[in-house]
Amino acid sequence: MALKIVKGSIDRMFDKNLQDLVRGIRNHKEDEAKYISTCIDEIKQELKQDNIAVKANAVCKLTYLQMLGYDVSWAAFNIVEVMSSSKFTYKRIGYLAASQCFHESTDVIMLTTNQIRKDLSSPNQYDTGVALTGLSCFVTPDLARDLANDIMTLMSHTKPYIRKKAVLIMYKVFLKYPESLRPAFPRLKEKLEDPDPGVQSAAVNVICELARRNPKNYLSLAPLFFKLMTSSTNNWVLIKIIKLFGALTPLEPRLGKKLIEPLTNLIHSTSAMSLLYECVNTVIAVLISLSSGMPNHSASIQLCVQKLRILIEDSDQNLKYLGLLAMSKILKTHPKSVQSHKDLILQCLDDKDESIRLRALDLLYGMVSKKNLMEIVKKLMLHVDKAEGTTYRDELLTKIIDICSQSNYQYITNFEWYISILVELTRLEGTRHGHLIASQMLDVAIRVKAIRAFAVAQMATLLDNAHLLTGNTQRNGICEVLYAAAWICGEFSEHLEEPMVTLEAMLRPKVATLPGHIQAVYVQNAAKLFATVLRGHEGVPADSMVAQETSQLLIDRLPLFVQSSNLEVQERASCILQLVKYIQKLQQKDVEVAEEVTALFAGELNPVAPKAQKKVPVPEGLDLDVWINEPPSGSESEDEGRKSKGKAVFAKEESRHTKPRYTEVDEKELAKRREVRKAEQANNPFYIKASPSSQKVYQDGVGVEHIPVVQIDLSVPLKVPDQYVKLEEERRERNKADKKKKKDKKKREKGEKGRRRRGDSGPESEEDITPAHMVDIVTEEMPENALPSDDDDKDPNDPHKALNIDLDKPLADSEKKLPVRSHRPDEVLKSPMEDRQVVEVVPEPKKKTGKEKKEKKDRKKSKEKKKKHKQEEEEDLMGAGSEEPVQPEETKEVAAPPPASTPEASDLDFWLSNAPVPSNPQAAAAPASTPRTASGMAAVAPDSEPEEAKDTEPEETKSSTHKKKKQKKEKKKKKHHHNHSDGAGDESVQNGTVEEEEPLPPMSNYALLAENSYIKMMKQDADKVCDIQGNLQDGSQVVVSVIFENKCDSFIKSMEFNVLDSLNSKLQRPDGAGPHDGLIVPFQLPPGISNEARFIFSVQNIVMPQKLKGTLTFIVKTDDSSTHEKLDFKLHFTCTSYLITTPCYSDAYSKLLESGDLKGCSLKLEGVNQPFHHLLARICFHHHFSVVERIDSCASMYSRSIQGHHMCLLVKTADQTVSIDAKCDEPGLLGNVLDEIKLTFSQC
Amino acid sequence: IKRFPPPRFQSLCRDLNSTVLVFVKGLFLYICFSYCVYFLLLRTVGGSNTVYEWSLSINHSEEEEPAKYPYQHIRQAEDVQQQIIRETFHLVSKRDDNVCNFLEGGSLIGGSDYKLIYRHYATLYFVFCVDSSESELGILDLIQVFVETLDKCFENVCELDLIFHMDKVHFILQEVVMGGMVLETNMNEIVGQVELQNRMEKSEGGFSAAPARAVSAVKNINLPEMPRNINIGDINIKVPSLSPF
Repeated sequence: MALKIVKGSIDRMFDKNLQDLVRGIRNHKEDEAKYISTCIDEIKQELKQDNIAVKANAVCKLTYLQMLGYDVSWAAFNIVEVMSSSKFTYKRIGYLAASQCFHESTDVIMLTTNQIRKDLSSPNQYDTGVALTGLSCFVTPDLARDLANDIMTLMSHTKPYIRKKAVLIMYKVFLKYPESLRPAFPRLKEKLEDPDPGVQSAAVNVICELARRNPKNYLSLAPLFFKLMTSSTNNWVLIKIIKLFGALTPLEPRLGKKLIEPLTNLIHSTSAMSLLYECVNTVIAVLISLSSGMPNHSASIQLCVQKLRILIEDSDQNLKYLGLLAMSKILKTHPKSVQSHKDLILQCLDDKDESIRLRALDLLYGMVSKKNLMEIVKKLMLHVDKAEGTTYRDELLTKIIDICSQSNYQYITNFEWYISILVELTRLEGTRHGHLIASQMLDVAIRVKAIRAFAVAQMATLLDNAHLLTGNTQRNGICEVLYAAAWICGEFSEHLEEPMVTLEAMLRPKVATLPGHIQAVYVQNAAKLFATVLRGHEGVPADSMVAQETSQLLIDRLPLFVQSSNLEVQERASCILQLVKYIQKLQQKDVEVAEEVTALFAGELNPVAPKAQKKVPVPEGLDLDVWINEPPSGSESEDEGRKSKGKAVFAKEESRHTKPRYTEVDEKELAKRREVRKAEQANNPFYIKASPSSQKVYQDGVGVEHIPVVQIDLSVPLKVPDQYVKLEEERRERNKADKKKKKDKKKREKGEKGRRRRGDSGPESEEDITPAHMVDIVTEEMPENALPSDDDDKDPNDPHKALNIDLDKPLADSEKKLPVRSHRPDEVLKSPMEDRQVVEVVPEPKKKTGKEKKEKKDRKKSKEKKKKHKQEEEEDLMGAGSEEPVQPEETKEVAAPPPASTPEASDLDFWLSNAPVPSNPQAAAAPASTPRTASGMAAVAPDSEPEEAKDTEPEETKSSTHKKKKQKKEKKKKKHHHNHSDGAGDESVQNGTVEEEEPLPPMSNYALLAENSYIKMMKQDADKVCDIQGNLQDGSQVVVSVIFENKCDSFIKSMEFNVLDSLNSKLQRPDGAGPHDGLIVPFQLPPGISNEARFIFSVQNIVMPQKLKGTLTFIVKTDDSSTHEKLDFKLHFTCTSYLITTPCYSDAYSKLLESGDLKGCSLKLEGVNQPFHHLLARICFHHHFSVVERIDSCASMYSRSIQGHHMCLLVKTADQTVSIDAKCDEPGLLGNVLDEIKLTFSQC
Repeated sequence: IKRFPPPRFQSLCRDLNSTVLVFVKGLFLYICFSYCVYFLLLRTVGGSNTVYEWSLSINHSEEEEPAKYPYQHIRQAEDVQQQIIRETFHLVSKRDDNVCNFLEGGSLIGGSDYKLIYRHYATLYFVFCVDSSESELGILDLIQVFVETLDKCFENVCELDLIFHMDKVHFILQEVVMGGMVLETNMNEIVGQVELQNRMEKSEGGFSAAPARAVSAVKNINLPEMPRNINIGDINIKVPSLSPF
């Protein structure tokens, strides 16, 4: 042994260390891969040795190689070995390697739990520190669950170094194990006031991170943070807090009012730019949240804008960038105050930094108005000319088009100007946005009827100069514009002055070099032009020659396109060519054809809103939901879901059984839907009757007379915009003059119309500029009820969703210590000592209340200080309005130890009501702004704390229902009897229509849950939802369907369904509900009616069956009185209910069996005298199996659990004896399922 | 060995002498060293926590082009890491010195909530990737703190220190950022803790034992030429003498 060690250390002499490895790699640049592979071989040798120093060295080198991109997961076990070394030097290397390469699917992580626990409790603070650091990188849900208690203990460690690390890592633990948040939160809150600034900063960090995702749960901490903000000097902490306030203010406007003053003070006083910037940002957030209520904050806005201007003018590019970023936030709510800095923003367009230019462009987008649009676009056009690099130029181009086209061309007053801008933009070289320009041209030409003549003229020029554009024939290149040009010229050819010239331009041989889809449009529109020419020249004898020449032109040129390789072009060209040839024949016979040719392209195109189809009313009598043909049987099994899928073998018997039920449901559904639809149509004033409204919307009259008749100098084709700007200005002048005249008139005819009053607001106002053309905008066509779909954009996988936990609710006894899931019983057994320790350390509620009181006192003091500054009257008002005098009494009544955070929440109200401006009573009453009002609180408290309040609760109900109690007593007794007897009977088969002819007895998965004289509950446990991709935390859901049937003659309402959660199974409650709140059943029951509700449970462990106790409370309402009743029940989750019917093919099945992962078990049933297929059907139906294969009296069946366990059955029958051989990868589950199968057959 | 770093990356590194890229964001911490390119990758709080999860999400977005990775549905975390480093480096190294130090997040680093914030010191880039919960200017300060800490701990830091002592750099970084969250911003505190830990290591006999040092000193003789003096921004960095080990 000793020899071996000596040998080991001699070997070490020749080991490479990390530096050697790095050097080696640098020296082997040519054959690096080869060098590294030899290094890895060496490392593998080193890892085989016993010497821990050698191993650590090897692991260190591996960490480096991992960073170079090599997979080192094969060494995971060695890393664990090094981690568990007793020497800090090696331990540190091990943890570093682990933090680099371990992730959730690394299986050796399971082995580390105890090692990490040992390190966490090590007397050496750096051992603990290293373990915490490492754990923060690879913590898994299992580790989080097992170590949460240990880490919580460390939060109170004597060394601040450990405390701050423990506090910080709690965030990771919360993410992985959300259940730990509530128990750990009180201590986390304490750490906000830790004497060590590092710990404090860590706590602020964690809470800010939590609050960022679920701000509403942290509102009650606002006073504490406010105190920190006014007292702390650490900029890092201040920034975090201020950012947090930015997230909180939208939820609580009163908070914003309180914040403005200290924030403005900070803005004035701080020298740190980072702090200044965050203050400005939060003030902006406050202003945005206030913008609806309190408009008078112009001073603050001015201050922000001013400071931002300083930032933007700074030479530091970073400040400039951030300034623009914040500016864009102000722009959304206060565009006016930003618009005055237009000069500055335009300046930023010249900046050499592209990200700054892009930010400035974003700002410009929001700054345009009817008045300055032309000016801004003109500036942008200049930049387009100057811009280097196509990407930025393309960005500019899209921005120009975005700016102009935003909200249906709202800011464009002169479309001639816009068309000319578009034409101008086509001169850009190498742009990729030809398609965008083209679609704009088409859009404007189609929707603005008045502009068509002008557009056509411009497009004709473009076509004539097509050679300028054809340089770039790539996809989306500028030649796309020709597509639009050709189409516009063809479609609106009646506006063309010289159709012949354009036709000629469209048939030039060069066109053949254009992309196919453009050529196709050329050919088609050439035909349209041809029709126009014919119409223009026919009838006049002198012109018939021209018409014939045109035909000849087409006949000459079209063959070029007929040869095109593009199918579309070829097809269209040959078709039109033959047509023209025929027309030519007719022309030669002097037959008039113009009429008929024009008819080819008759009819006007109208713009259609994208959602217009929805508006088409469904004709009376047409039901879109009715099957045209009976659905094929295949789809039926789809609809019926897995239940019937598994029974494909038994289709003969089953189909008859299920079909009637299916259609029945369907008809009911349909009737309901039809009714709903009719009601909706009747109520909807926007529901469009037959005539399309788009025609009406378009107003021809306005402005058309004002269109200046432009003489376009065709010889100067492209550089036109200025001219239109001038024309537009002239037009506006003229408009103004017109209006003045009208005003004079109005003076004479006093009070005739109020419509023109707008014009009085002065010549400069926005509204004054009447657009020259109206856009034929079709927004009005949209049905009003088509609400913008409010998609929940939250990522369903967001780990923060699970952390949306109400933290204000007091901790129940059961929550005082961290719940330890029974997932791994052996580990729980190992650590009872530690658990006990933790329980002791957790502060008792009494202590807390003492603390609370102290805090209260503090707050009172500070309050008093503030009061001094305020008017006496206000103080009085507040004293009366606040809950303080009332509240303590109430809490005393309800629960003896006042729940920790109840005063906290009410304090928030009080604290906020201290704000200088608010109108007190209103604010307190507003339910939206304060989650709980004072009176509501007393009622909520006992609910949330059943353990402590148990004694008091019944009393309360007693007092409230005192009068009716006597009447109720007798009934109650009865009920109790009932419940006891019912609770036991679980799987009794009930319900289901008995049909005598059926060879198979009817089966139902609905079992009686509980029943009393009022109500009957039936549950179906067969229904499961399982997210197959999901993992243990979020995927394991079981849906329980419960049928409620009203058996009495009275109305039953306000049903509340509640289940006592166990560690393993939890009822899923809506966000914000506490773990003991009931779920409200979403319907009421008239006498004799039954209805079904579904409840979702999340289940951790599916191996064991489980029973959950629950209560249903409801109100029975008779004509003269109403009584509160409750019904206890037990929900039985059998293991069967965790199985999902999953089809399995026989080859996959046999592979599964061969794999050897499955463990077997068998069962014999005697005296079963059912036909074999009934037996199978029973197993399929009750236990969710599917038949894989059946041969005579032997069948193989398959099912899968919601957590992915495979379960295989081989069922054989002979002489009334059924033997079942079963295999499953989870023996516990298998045993329980088999027991349940046995039970099923013993019952029948 | 399963794979080698992509060839394009290697050549890129060689062309651009030494470049430090610290790539930081919240939770996950990754340091990556190539002869001359040094990356620190740290994912921030929020988003997915590990590069592994990250790689899953990236795979998801690339589903449209299955032809590219037909047989490998889940790519290795290391691949994603290399890709991120490569693209980040590509983005950052193109930028002038007189432009702002922020880059809006691309799809690779987690989307629009994320930003790249970097500082450029001579041939080194320190890049942090942070989400919107961090203050931009604050992170710039933090980078400065980190670099100054490196300078103190290494006594005039230079690129070669970072390249040959990646483990030590990591240990220092772990005192600044833990699991992607900012742990400490006070430089003296950081330096103090690092020194205490180093002292502890020394008292245990150190990691590299004497014989190994002797061997490496011999090997060191063949070192290729190293630049003598490199100025890194405000820090004066000198190349250590040739036999420091």
